[in-house]
Amino acid sequence: MGLPAIEIPETALRPVSGRGLQRRLFDYLGWGLCTLAFLLLGSAMTWILVVVFLRGINALNFSVITHVTEGTGGGLLNAIEGTLVLALGGIMLAAPPGLAAGIYLAEFDRGRLAPTIRFLADVLVGVPSIVIGYFGYVTMVVALGWKFSVAAGSVALAIISLPYICRTTEMALRQVPRALREAAYALGASDGRVTLGICVPAALPGILTGVLLALAISVGETAPLLYTAGWSSYLWTGHFTNEPVGYLTYVIWAFITEPFESAHALAYAAAFFVTLFVLVISILTRMVLDENAGWRRLRPWEKRKP
Amino acid sequence: MNFRRFTALLACLGVGIIVVIVAFLAVYSWPAVRLNGWGFLFDNSWDLGQLYGNPITVHGQQILPGAHYGILFLIVGTLLSTLIALAIAVPVGVGAALFLAEGMPPFLRSWLSFFVELLAAVPSVVFGLWGYVVVIPFLGQRLFPFMAKWFGFIPFFGGSTGSGYGLLTAGFVLALMIVPLIAATLRDALVSQPAALREAAVALGASRFETMRTVLLPATRRVLIGSSILATGRALGETMAVLMVSGNALNYLPHNIYTPISTMASFIVSQLDSALQDPTGMAVRSLAEVALVLCMISIAVNGLARLLLYYEGRQRASVA
Repeated sequence: MGLPAIEIPETALRPVSGRGLQRRLFDYLGWGLCTLAFLLLGSAMTWILVVVFLRGINALNFSVITHVTEGTGGGLLNAIEGTLVLALGGIMLAAPPGLAAGIYLAEFDRGRLAPTIRFLADVLVGVPSIVIGYFGYVTMVVALGWKFSVAAGSVALAIISLPYICRTTEMALRQVPRALREAAYALGASDGRVTLGICVPAALPGILTGVLLALAISVGETAPLLYTAGWSSYLWTGHFTNEPVGYLTYVIWAFITEPFESAHALAYAAAFFVTLFVLVISILTRMVLDENAGWRRLRPWEKRKP
Repeated sequence: MNFRRFTALLACLGVGIIVVIVAFLAVYSWPAVRLNGWGFLFDNSWDLGQLYGNPITVHGQQILPGAHYGILFLIVGTLLSTLIALAIAVPVGVGAALFLAEGMPPFLRSWLSFFVELLAAVPSVVFGLWGYVVVIPFLGQRLFPFMAKWFGFIPFFGGSTGSGYGLLTAGFVLALMIVPLIAATLRDALVSQPAALREAAVALGASRFETMRTVLLPATRRVLIGSSILATGRALGETMAVLMVSGNALNYLPHNIYTPISTMASFIVSQLDSALQDPTGMAVRSLAEVALVLCMISIAVNGLARLLLYYEGRQRASVA
């Protein structure tokens, strides 16, 4: 009797030392490469920020924000004003259809229309901004005879920011729990009352975040404005058509290649303003959206953890 | 009209603009499409003709004598710069995503990821400014001569390195612009993989890095492909940064990776002023054809990526 003896080859019991070393080296190599990739990105980001902020702050002085551009010198008052007018105009045009599309996708996602709208919005995100600018030039500036103008620039920016507003609105509304809607419907509220009275207020931080992000994108855009808004070194006189308008990103692009110190200083100052604005909005939105940052009170239906 | 119909109508009015854009570009550029034929895509000459000559009639269209519109150099420039950008961005994006997803404690992960994702928020023209002011002098005077000297034996790495404006610089700047897209999407996918996958791999004796390489990365393969295609779409249509660092070559095919190029998007900006000098308007219509081609390519690329990500999402939803 007794169990048959199992032959265990002696080699199986010996640690495979060479293989273990190889594996460990491979691990270190892999982690090293991953760390390197991250460091590359981090240092590029830091490099950009340092260049923009150091040179930007050096170029800043009081007259930059109090004077208009004169030739390749002067200030940026006209460009700052123009950027704000164009971006706010774009948001005001994009918000109604963008919010409506987001609401429709989140609340009434049935039938064949919702997937179509979602697909078109996705395609619209992917259309290069210069194509939208060229479209604006051919249609509004030439065919409609608006010339370079606030109206044409704002419409171009609106087309670009619309899908972002749509997407973030949909995401924010989808976060609202079903129970809220069911309770409202059970009380006899109509579609409009449930959406506008209950869901939108509950999702408001997320929706506003989307609008702010769209604003940041509009402020940073250049290509769609070059052939719709034109350029002007005067303050905007309030005409929506037939009057070109200045904006900050144009200064960055056009003035850095001029052979004058004053032009370079204006380009750096403009880059400083644009980047600062975009970064501040990014950080703000991040704080609203980040679960870990302690902004939970913005979502009233979630109980605070003790 | 009830509320539901009202939102549907507004939504359609909003996103329907994409149909209007494509239709308008097609209608406006139609005479140019008829005139140029397939040669538009395969000829390497963009020539406005004699600007002060009397217009002649070709195929029923009025054009300037000697005018010819072919954009092969733009297609080549666009594709090559995007290819170089992808060749840099995909490995770097994967590495950064792995580092952020697996090599960091969660509280650091969130803020370091944010720092990297800020790259995506920096406006394109600021990238262009940075490229124009610091990257081009650095690459053109230091790195490119060094690369040509020591790696010149690799095809297309040798030869004259020019001034720093060119294919590789454009590809490098584009890579930085699209990397956050790839890294962020992949990191989210890695973090959301089920813990059981990781535990199974570790139980079989895999180290952390082996777990990532052999289990987590293959599991997120489709997300990587989808986000890379989305990033391709962005690189193809990028305008301002490329305009400022690519050298804006005309009718010139690159002979090595340092050669100046133009892309379709940057060409539309750099050429509209001179195209407006053409009294027959055919140059502006041909530019519209460039925009139409670019728009079609972007739509195709984005549609493909969305399709992949959509199926990935549906698969994950059915597993959960």
